[in-house]
Amino acid sequence: MSDPLLSVHGLSKRFGALQASNDITLDVRSGEIHALIGPNGAGKSTLIQQICGALRPDTGEVWFDGQNVTPLSVAERARMGLGRTFQISSLAMEDTVLQNAVLGALGGHGAPFRFFRPVLKDAALVARAEEALARVDMLKFADKRTADLSHGQRRQLEIAVALTLQPKLFVMDEPMAGLGASGTKDLTPILSALRHDAPILLVEHDMDAVFALADRISVLVYGKVIATGTVDEIRADAAVREAYLGEDA
Amino acid sequence: MSREAYINAIVVAVLLAVPLWAWVADAPFIITLATRIAILALAGVGLNIALGLGGMVSLGHAVFFGIGGYAMGILASHAQDYSPLMEWPFLIEGTKSMPVIWLAALLMSGLAALLIGFLSLRTSGVYFIMITLAFGQMFFYFTVSWPAYGGEDGLPIYVRNSFPGLNTLDPIQFFLICFAVLGLALGFSAALARSPFGLALNATRQQATRVEAVGIAPFRIRLVGFVISGMITGLAGALFADLNRFVSPTMFSWQTSGEIMVFVILGGVARLFGPVVGAAIFITLEHLLGGVSDYWHIYLGALLLLVVLFARGGVIGLLSSWRKASV
Amino acid sequence: MSAILLIEQILNGLQFGVMLFLTAAGLTLVFGVMGLINLAHGSLYMVGAFAAAAVAAATGSFFLALVASLAAAAAAGAIVEVVVIRRLYNRDHLDQVLATFALILIFSEGTRWIFGSFPLFLNIPEALSGPVTLPGGIQYSLYRLVLIGIGLAVALGLFLLINKTRLGIQIRAGENDREMIAALGIDISRLYTIVFALGAALAGFAGALVGAIQSVQVGMGEPVLILAFVVIVIGGIGSIKGALVGSILVGLTDTLGGVLLPSFFKLFMDNAAATATGTALATMAIYILMALILVVKPTGLYGAST
Repeated sequence: MSDPLLSVHGLSKRFGALQASNDITLDVRSGEIHALIGPNGAGKSTLIQQICGALRPDTGEVWFDGQNVTPLSVAERARMGLGRTFQISSLAMEDTVLQNAVLGALGGHGAPFRFFRPVLKDAALVARAEEALARVDMLKFADKRTADLSHGQRRQLEIAVALTLQPKLFVMDEPMAGLGASGTKDLTPILSALRHDAPILLVEHDMDAVFALADRISVLVYGKVIATGTVDEIRADAAVREAYLGEDA
Repeated sequence: MSREAYINAIVVAVLLAVPLWAWVADAPFIITLATRIAILALAGVGLNIALGLGGMVSLGHAVFFGIGGYAMGILASHAQDYSPLMEWPFLIEGTKSMPVIWLAALLMSGLAALLIGFLSLRTSGVYFIMITLAFGQMFFYFTVSWPAYGGEDGLPIYVRNSFPGLNTLDPIQFFLICFAVLGLALGFSAALARSPFGLALNATRQQATRVEAVGIAPFRIRLVGFVISGMITGLAGALFADLNRFVSPTMFSWQTSGEIMVFVILGGVARLFGPVVGAAIFITLEHLLGGVSDYWHIYLGALLLLVVLFARGGVIGLLSSWRKASV
Repeated sequence: MSAILLIEQILNGLQFGVMLFLTAAGLTLVFGVMGLINLAHGSLYMVGAFAAAAVAAATGSFFLALVASLAAAAAAGAIVEVVVIRRLYNRDHLDQVLATFALILIFSEGTRWIFGSFPLFLNIPEALSGPVTLPGGIQYSLYRLVLIGIGLAVALGLFLLINKTRLGIQIRAGENDREMIAALGIDISRLYTIVFALGAALAGFAGALVGAIQSVQVGMGEPVLILAFVVIVIGGIGSIKGALVGSILVGLTDTLGGVLLPSFFKLFMDNAAATATGTALATMAIYILMALILVVKPTGLYGAST
């Protein structure tokens, strides 16, 4: 696959006076982790929403896996192989860990309109769900209620659910959010290994994690991509240092 | 077996034993009460799929109950005066056969649920509640003002419809039909909750964004859930009309919607047997308190208020956690 | 159809609409500020009507009857808010629906217990009864005309209250951001009781005013409540402006539909069939209006889009 798996062309979105996305162009290539960083309010979430289909851009296009997906819904993009995780864990809290993973497998399989046979007796779905849980070391909690999980375990389950889709691309919105230093350290190798399943568009605040994981970084400031490049290029970029890293330091 | 399963088994046993005892003791009135309980419980089982599993707070389920009732009323009234229901573009004759009437009730209430659901499920939360209530009222006023089938006065059916091999005029046999239908609906409902669709519907209630993100459109899941729910309540409407041998716009009234919801809540939302327990309590109270005071709705209101404020999980929830809480 | 009849029907629709507004305004305020769906709002409408009828029967004064309706409904509202409603703010909509449904049962049966099942009558005061001649020679009921005036005056008063007063600022703050009211040092539970009682008073007032042209009876509140829901769905939840526009749309659609649809069907049907079809369709007209608006704008005309 030579062309990029995901490419965003000239995406713009305005909310009243706020230009949340301003002519954004970026792409994600096979095998890479492409990190998206930027200060709070830079428009990262708005961009993710447009890539995943929850928001329609005012202008511009989103191409995924060789197809213009701009008019497609969230669910349609997910079925094409776009697996996303949420900044704030979005899981069925009353259900068990396994049920959440099976739900993902069910969505990926595309056959939710079956009304009689127990879903947990569907060996193919359960196997897929368990495999994904094992990948993030969550299989041992399969029968636990999601509400009883720790915050870190929920973050891992988020990733497992995305894995059940066997996606072509991951879009991860701050997977490290609220994990603390040790949690971030545990999750970093897991994410790093995932790039061999599918490339990752990674939104992340934790700079150490970003620098450890990313193959390329794009910097978003006031809805505009001010720089894209390798870790070293971004570290060296004067504009980035001034607009973003400089503020943090 | 869990405590809830014991309670469920006891409820079924009592609901079956009391009318059988009444049959032996020749107390047809008790059998009729039990039949009412079974039918109204069935209506609640329908609503429970939308409400408990899908989190869709429909205050308009009387629409489906009423449509089921009128499906029976219209078909049977044409059969009793030997006039065809319609001749163009194809001939439809009336019928007195319960299975055919049930099929018509399921079909028509399903269609209505599809239409109402399609419009109402574009919204959520409090809008959904108000809109379903409003659509209920629309059907109510329509039946009141549409004179062809009795209008405001309703439509009497002189003889109860027939079921192959049974004498439906015998109270105990009619009860057993209703009890069997309730049993089937409960079985279906239990299977549904565990099925792939049930998993998706239940997850849609809890976290629709998640369901969407794994490639399942929440709107379709909710709509199908709403249609299944409406069909079961519609079937209950057909049986209810047959029990009374009478249909009227009251079946469409907002109070009917409210009462069906009360059955579900009184017993316990999303609990399989919640509607059965709720309907049993409601009808028994109506019978007992109705004999004591003309104003028994005050006591019902107070009880309901207490359940909502202090006994979340309904009566089954209360009973199945009683011991745990006190020990 | 003559122009005079049409104008008369438009006025009727307007009168119906502004009275609906009085009920819908409280409902939408309570939802906007407290996030509560209150099915018992129709009961407060009924309480106002019964209080007015009882006071009118005892004193013979229509003015005192109106005062009584305001006071009784506001008091009933405040009591219900303190005893029951405030326990529901943090509950989900289902609990709110059920608890307020229970309140309807209690209010309705309680009223039946006190006043009996027969309707009461509230007479239009002498000075306002009879027709008045409008420009163009149209004879129209003076009382209904006064109702339109009162309704519009109350609407204006509400706009001023919300936009110009301290209470209004607090209400708007509550609609936008609950935490902000606490930050402003406002006593939230007192604000909620006042808003609820205000909504109740408006509903009770409407009940008394309308009670004089219809009968005062148990169950009179719920049809109005459901229409008020339709109004709010059309106008957008929480918006007073939406409630006003929605009320007048519903009032006009309902009244004009009842007159125009049968005449419309008479153009190509025989008389009896046209009347039956037209009347049946007219009863559905406002719901069809609601469905159409929902298709175009699911959050109502003035609702915040989500």
